[in-house]
Amino acid sequence: MEYVIILISAILVNNIVLAQFLGICPFLGVSTKIDTSIGMGASVLFVMTLATIVTFLIQKFVLIPLNLAFLQTISFILIIAALVQMLEIILKKASPSLYQALGIYLPLITTNCAVLGVAILVIKKEYNLMESVVFTIATAIGFALALVIFAGIREQIELSNTPKGMKGIPIALVTAGILAMAFMGFSGLV
Amino acid sequence: MNQLNNFTKGFLRENPILVLLLGTCPTLAVTSSAINGLGMGLATTFVLFMSNAFISMIKNFVPDKVRIPSFIVVIASFVTIVDLLMQAYTPSLSAQLGIFIPLIVVNCIVLGRAEAFAAKNNILSSMVDGLGMGLGFTVALTIMGGIREMLGAGSIFGFKFIAETADGILIFILAPGAFITLGFLIALLKKINKTS
Repeated sequence: MEYVIILISAILVNNIVLAQFLGICPFLGVSTKIDTSIGMGASVLFVMTLATIVTFLIQKFVLIPLNLAFLQTISFILIIAALVQMLEIILKKASPSLYQALGIYLPLITTNCAVLGVAILVIKKEYNLMESVVFTIATAIGFALALVIFAGIREQIELSNTPKGMKGIPIALVTAGILAMAFMGFSGLV
Repeated sequence: MNQLNNFTKGFLRENPILVLLLGTCPTLAVTSSAINGLGMGLATTFVLFMSNAFISMIKNFVPDKVRIPSFIVVIASFVTIVDLLMQAYTPSLSAQLGIFIPLIVVNCIVLGRAEAFAAKNNILSSMVDGLGMGLGFTVALTIMGGIREMLGAGSIFGFKFIAETADGILIFILAPGAFITLGFLIALLKKINKTS
């Protein structure tokens, strides 16, 4: 039951992009087409889950026993960077078309604050390993959901007549604001 | 003249948030009040200044292939210093900014300046660049926090200027207000940069 609450809360109520403002860069950058946003969502799901498991174990079995908790930020970011590098090599071999489509944004997952953010959040919330995994997967699904919805809306905006000064990023941000308002409607759920 | 130019470009022409669109996550998240924006901006400025100076110092010793990881380690060290200092001396601000202080590590502005500027220029220019960019970031954050605080809570830097019992437009201190305010600010700066 508590897993269900974590799931609903992370996907809808505290959506990582629209309520917690993590991962805005890829949210604005890769959301011009639905296809690429699905690819991005999937790779974030993969990296985020792996990263959280590894960082959780490192925190629990290396940093805390050795009294090195102050090295959290440094060690987490290095682990994430290494994981992303690995994913890049695998994707290049396994699926060149997806690799092409994600282009610059794959290395940028390293600096996607959502990945590091979730790794730190699960430590802050004092989840156990299983709860952390559920929370991470739910967060990544929430990220992908927001990204895909937003990409769909932006494809429509491209076709419509927007005021000149608002073209591009400004109108996208206002749209995101309205989308965030819609997601606020879920706030009574949990 | 050249240094002056390095310093001022961060404010309008190459403002990291409003023109280059770097570091949008903390921008949206911490600007629910002017003081939070200012605190976050200054913390980032410190990291940007120190890491730019340090990276410019070590740029000749670092092999090209491990450039990015070593830059990240440098940045992460300074972020840890800021994080611990803020926990010790400004605990309430530190609690408000929360997770976004360690997340300065992944703020694209810091790594972006390291890569695009500090790795190619001498120490003095890099320090000036870091300071200018950081203050540009701070100004943008404070303005944005100020606008949201004024509209959302009817106060500025904590001083309420509307009737004590009255409320502001609450939506502006909530998540949607952040997106909408930033959208209009970017449109405005686009216009200013075009006419000047």
